[in-house]
Amino acid sequence: MSAARVELGLDDDRLPLIATIGNPNTGKSTLFNLLTGLRQKVGNYPGVTVERHVGETTLGGRRAQLVDLPGAYSLSAHSPDEMVAVDVLLGRIADLGRPDAVVVVVDASNLRRNLYIASQVLELGIPVVVALNMVDLAESRGIRISAEMLAQRLACPVVPLVASKGVGIDALKSTLAETLTSNPVPFVSFSTTIRMAAAALVRELAPAGEPLEPYEVERALIDEGGYAETRLQQRFGAAAKSALARVRVELGTAGSLAALDARARYAWINQAVDAVETRGAARTTASDRIDRSVGHPVLGSLLFLLLMAAVFQSVFAWAAPLMDLIDGAAGATSDWIKTTLPPGAIASLLADGVVAGVGSVVVFLPQILILFAFIIFLEDSGYMARAAFLMDRLMRWCGLSGQSFIPMLSSFACAVPGIMGTRVIADPRDRLATILAAPFMTCSARLPVYALLISAFVPTRSYLGGLVNLQGLVLLGLYLLGIAGGVLTAFLLKRSLLRGPTPPFLMELPPYRVPNLKAVLYRMWERARMFLVRAGTIIFTVAIVVWALAYFPHWGSTTERFAAERAQAAQTLSGGELDAASADIDHREAATHLEESLLGHIGRAVAPVFHPLGWDWKISAAVLASFPAREVVIAVLGTIYAVGADVDAENPGLVARIRASQWPDGSRVFSLAVALGLMVFYAFCLQCAATVATIRRETNSWRWPAFAWVYMTLLGYLSAFIVYRLAS
Amino acid sequence: MTLDQLQPNHRGRVTALTAPAGLLQRLMQFGLLEGTEIECVRRAPAGDPIEFRLLGYALSLRRDEARFVQVEAQP
Repeated sequence: MSAARVELGLDDDRLPLIATIGNPNTGKSTLFNLLTGLRQKVGNYPGVTVERHVGETTLGGRRAQLVDLPGAYSLSAHSPDEMVAVDVLLGRIADLGRPDAVVVVVDASNLRRNLYIASQVLELGIPVVVALNMVDLAESRGIRISAEMLAQRLACPVVPLVASKGVGIDALKSTLAETLTSNPVPFVSFSTTIRMAAAALVRELAPAGEPLEPYEVERALIDEGGYAETRLQQRFGAAAKSALARVRVELGTAGSLAALDARARYAWINQAVDAVETRGAARTTASDRIDRSVGHPVLGSLLFLLLMAAVFQSVFAWAAPLMDLIDGAAGATSDWIKTTLPPGAIASLLADGVVAGVGSVVVFLPQILILFAFIIFLEDSGYMARAAFLMDRLMRWCGLSGQSFIPMLSSFACAVPGIMGTRVIADPRDRLATILAAPFMTCSARLPVYALLISAFVPTRSYLGGLVNLQGLVLLGLYLLGIAGGVLTAFLLKRSLLRGPTPPFLMELPPYRVPNLKAVLYRMWERARMFLVRAGTIIFTVAIVVWALAYFPHWGSTTERFAAERAQAAQTLSGGELDAASADIDHREAATHLEESLLGHIGRAVAPVFHPLGWDWKISAAVLASFPAREVVIAVLGTIYAVGADVDAENPGLVARIRASQWPDGSRVFSLAVALGLMVFYAFCLQCAATVATIRRETNSWRWPAFAWVYMTLLGYLSAFIVYRLAS
Repeated sequence: MTLDQLQPNHRGRVTALTAPAGLLQRLMQFGLLEGTEIECVRRAPAGDPIEFRLLGYALSLRRDEARFVQVEAQP
């Protein structure tokens, strides 16, 4: 063991741990990225979907581990984010241990509110360094702060910084290195009576050896109805509840302990800030000027609509060529495999299972990247909070808040990034309701299905001199149907399963700033990786399973029969005729294999279930096969109707064959009623393994994806039944 | 008067808070305490929520939250 490590009292395999904490919008993440470079690991804390960023840095030649805590306004935990912050600071996260030092990042232009959480961290008995960030912004507003005097007041080192420009980082590092090796931590407490009462309660509640810190009890006493109180009740039962109530009375304060605590902190903060801060004449900043036009009721709303239209359009339009490219590459690869390898199960597994499976995952990547570029840009520029401000009243109508708007809008492109984007929603119930409503929005994978069915069954009729046509109206109707489904789902959930008190919607509207390009790119990459790794594994597995169902048993006799037909054609035909004939044989062979496959058998077995909707076994099998990815239905229908697997929605051959398909008694399978029912089924049903996998990841349990799947499938079935009956 | 009645571009000083426990703590953490000076910046197009300026930053509050804050008008 080195001398320094002995001084630190650390064993050899544990690096000193430094936590960074602070209000949102203080440049905390920028600072964390600067300190760790890109050597960081992103994951989740156990049991909750709070993102965990851990990285490494070197301080005075020694390595140290850094953990970036979620942005928080206080340690009074009323959200999972804030509880995680408390847990890390108390050393409750097993593989992290207790931090050896804490960096509290504060915004110099907004010192008072930022020092609130600093006052709470100072009480924990861990060495603290205050990073006084954005001193340039403060100075542009005529605010000057003496770091030395502030350090005296807070009894901890204060380092002025401009993290966005890298100014002050070296000073912060050397201060941290010193802090790790020295410094007895001064005792700070804003209410010694509460602390003593908390210590007494620990002795009363916790049996010997049970880990319970006075700080946790102190938080539970002060934060009535918060996470700390709930957790204490979970651990020690009703005894904890009554003991907390008793002690609150014993402390005999006129108002609530929370108000007393907050007043004491702000009194201390105001005294300190009055002494260390000087304010010159306030100048109008660029942010104020932007705010005047963006905040204008008419101009601002127009700008908002334009921006949202741009987001929506670009996710659709810009992503399309890239998605086609990926699709094309996947298609070419599987063709190449089929021509290179001898035909058989292995070639099919690689081409139709692996490549097609990987392709169906990767094809979402362009949309995810483009959408997240927008979301991250809007967030980092400060506009996101304004959008939530504008939309709050409207979203409250279905029981949500303005923060749910962007994730919902995103879901029109693809529910996967939309659901991933719900992390901006502070309230867990609102977030869950948004996650469950998002898959109803008409995503881009529903579009080809709608396009095929509309072009096949909705007549081309136009009204108002060609301005409006019936096919477009049906498409619009399907979009509105999706919105109605989502809004009603959120509305009902917020009044039943997710009922609870309306969470306070106190939201800071941060000043506008120019986002840092490197940070935007890095966060985009993080999202993409998260999606590929987590969702990818599940989608991939499902794709292989569906492939196997559609491939096996693959009778040799069938293959031989078509081989014989092919040989005969080669003898009797030549040139263009032969090509046409062998293409036809290929398609019929594929269709026969599919009919004989497990999927074909399953399709026939479940056909009675779908009979009330007017579906035959072919539609049933195609719908079943498209549960992993709804747009697959077109390819499966193509195979079943033996036009060839590489059909697209505009393919008139498929449209013609679908129209012509018959029941055994000779009547048409597809009527307008069946087609409308099928479209409604696709509007509601959760046929997307990527979405299921993302809900699983974002809610950290299988309960909610299972609920969403059952609920949406039943809703789709019932609605399709009603539409079919009404229309026929 | 209560904070939700404060007109845009008008200033007030907080005199009392009447919110229930959870909201009270939240409001206070954001710096809304007796004596704090606060300015109404603008209302959202639907009249709700409302943007305020206090302690050098901008905060959005819903009407249902702002009405728990008593203010006296300031020049």
